[in-house]
Amino acid sequence: MVIERPWKRWVYFYIPLTLFIIGTLFPFYWMLITAIRPDAELYRSWRAVNNAPFWTLHPTLEHFRDLFEKTTFPYWLWNTFFIAVVSTGISLFCGLLAGYALARLKFPMAGTLGTSIFVTYLVPPTLLFIPLADIIRNLQLGNTPWALILTYPTFLIPFCTWLLMGYFKTIPKELEECARIDGATRFGAMTRIIFPIAVPGILSAGIFAFTLSWNEFIYALVFLSSPERKTVPVGVVSEMIRGDIYFWGQLMAGALLGSIPVALVYSFFVEYYVTGLTGSVKG
Amino acid sequence: MAVAVRHERRHSRGLTRFLESERLLAALLLTPTVLLLGMFIAYPFVSGVWLSLSDTSVGNPGHFVGLHNFVKAWDDSIFREAFGNTVFYTFWATIFKLVLGMWLALLLNRSFRGKRLVRASMLLPFIIPTVLSTFAWRWMFDPTFSVLNWLLYRTGFIVTKIPFLSDGVYGMWCAIVVNTWRGMPFFAITLLAGLQTINPDLHEAASLDGANGWKRFWHVTWPLLKPVTLVVVVFSIIQTFSDFQLIYVLTGGGPANSTHLLATYAYQIGVATGLLGEGAAISLFMLPVLFIVVWVQLRYLRRLEA
Repeated sequence: MVIERPWKRWVYFYIPLTLFIIGTLFPFYWMLITAIRPDAELYRSWRAVNNAPFWTLHPTLEHFRDLFEKTTFPYWLWNTFFIAVVSTGISLFCGLLAGYALARLKFPMAGTLGTSIFVTYLVPPTLLFIPLADIIRNLQLGNTPWALILTYPTFLIPFCTWLLMGYFKTIPKELEECARIDGATRFGAMTRIIFPIAVPGILSAGIFAFTLSWNEFIYALVFLSSPERKTVPVGVVSEMIRGDIYFWGQLMAGALLGSIPVALVYSFFVEYYVTGLTGSVKG
Repeated sequence: MAVAVRHERRHSRGLTRFLESERLLAALLLTPTVLLLGMFIAYPFVSGVWLSLSDTSVGNPGHFVGLHNFVKAWDDSIFREAFGNTVFYTFWATIFKLVLGMWLALLLNRSFRGKRLVRASMLLPFIIPTVLSTFAWRWMFDPTFSVLNWLLYRTGFIVTKIPFLSDGVYGMWCAIVVNTWRGMPFFAITLLAGLQTINPDLHEAASLDGANGWKRFWHVTWPLLKPVTLVVVVFSIIQTFSDFQLIYVLTGGGPANSTHLLATYAYQIGVATGLLGEGAAISLFMLPVLFIVVWVQLRYLRRLEA
């Protein structure tokens, strides 16, 4: 090992790392403090004397109460959750089948199809939202959760397929061949032997897809219009600012509560998430 | 009864034989994916190209107008500024994300107590919905109540407040800062995964040969990390170039349309104003850049496989 002097370790390691941690987490801390700070303390000019700028001596839950009494926030939470779960389910189903086919089966056009799925993975939603809005309107899906449940898979399926394809390639072919010799059908070997082994990969893809759909903004903004149908990100942006007035306490309370579910899912499955994240890049 | 059973058995045997054929099974397995992607990616793409060549607006079917929308956008000073902003934003944000992400990855690659917790919390900006965290930033940049102004004033760095979001130039840099904050963890964690595949013996050997920290990074780590870095940079360029939500929340394209990106301007024209044809044309201006980036990546992947 390379041996370091203590002062070097401080200058090159502890200090930069601490700065990174503060820089990364301060906005979240500020979100929390704003959410529990009473209005009287919140709106104090930047030059005013302030004895406790970074914490509050009078924590309050009034912003959270307002959030539930004056807005349709609970609906937004439920909509976001429902849409994220269903679109993740659809995408996992499609990605699992397509990933298996691309990794294991020989058929004409396999290469082309694999490449085109990869290319769709790189198509950003902002390129297509205008024509998609038109299509959603023509299908009469506007302002329904189905508008999002059917369009989110467009960026989730390519990712899931790509990730699971990589995962299937790591499973030795011999496993399947043994099962086939023992009389299993091709389909049976796939569903009973390969899919159960792929559970960690499926979990990674699922967690990642869930956080992506929880985060999605532009489709939800364009396709949904009535307040009680919206998802958390869109609801917070469009329903909590009345005129030019920002109710910052309430906004930050909403931002905090809207972040907690996805942060919880993440914290339970950090390792799977990281595998999904790095796998999404390497394939 | 017996007939029914026999019939069913024959039927299932037919299905089994059907599934034994690799081609037919592949076709069956790929159908849901191809249908969904065809319906909601390929079809909208074609439809978007058609829209961009027409004068369609909400409630008006529209006629073919050739390249009129593209020419009109190019003559529009706000569009040009949005295009310039998009390039500027992508360029600087990507550089910052790469440099800081690499630095953080190198820090996280060392062993220290609480490493797992630190690594997990470093990814938070990437997990939390961008719109919600951008609101926190907007509040920190508030013209009257900004905590950052307060801090800089108290520590004596400034005497008058910084007009974070009420000035176009400052606004653009604020957006770059927030984008860097949000995207840097993605770089750090992916590069960290790359770093962990590098054999420590190589560093050992290099330091025995007298290479210092910087030389070891430049001659050992960086060449081995280049493939991962390229892929991450490509992903990041695509996402940053097509970014929408960050600007939409932080500045809304203002003040006076000075911080628009292509996507936010396309939204303003196509959705808020209802000129679908012109909006579609503006968002299609992203295509050449995305095309080049994807082409580079595909070529590179091919070379890796070869």
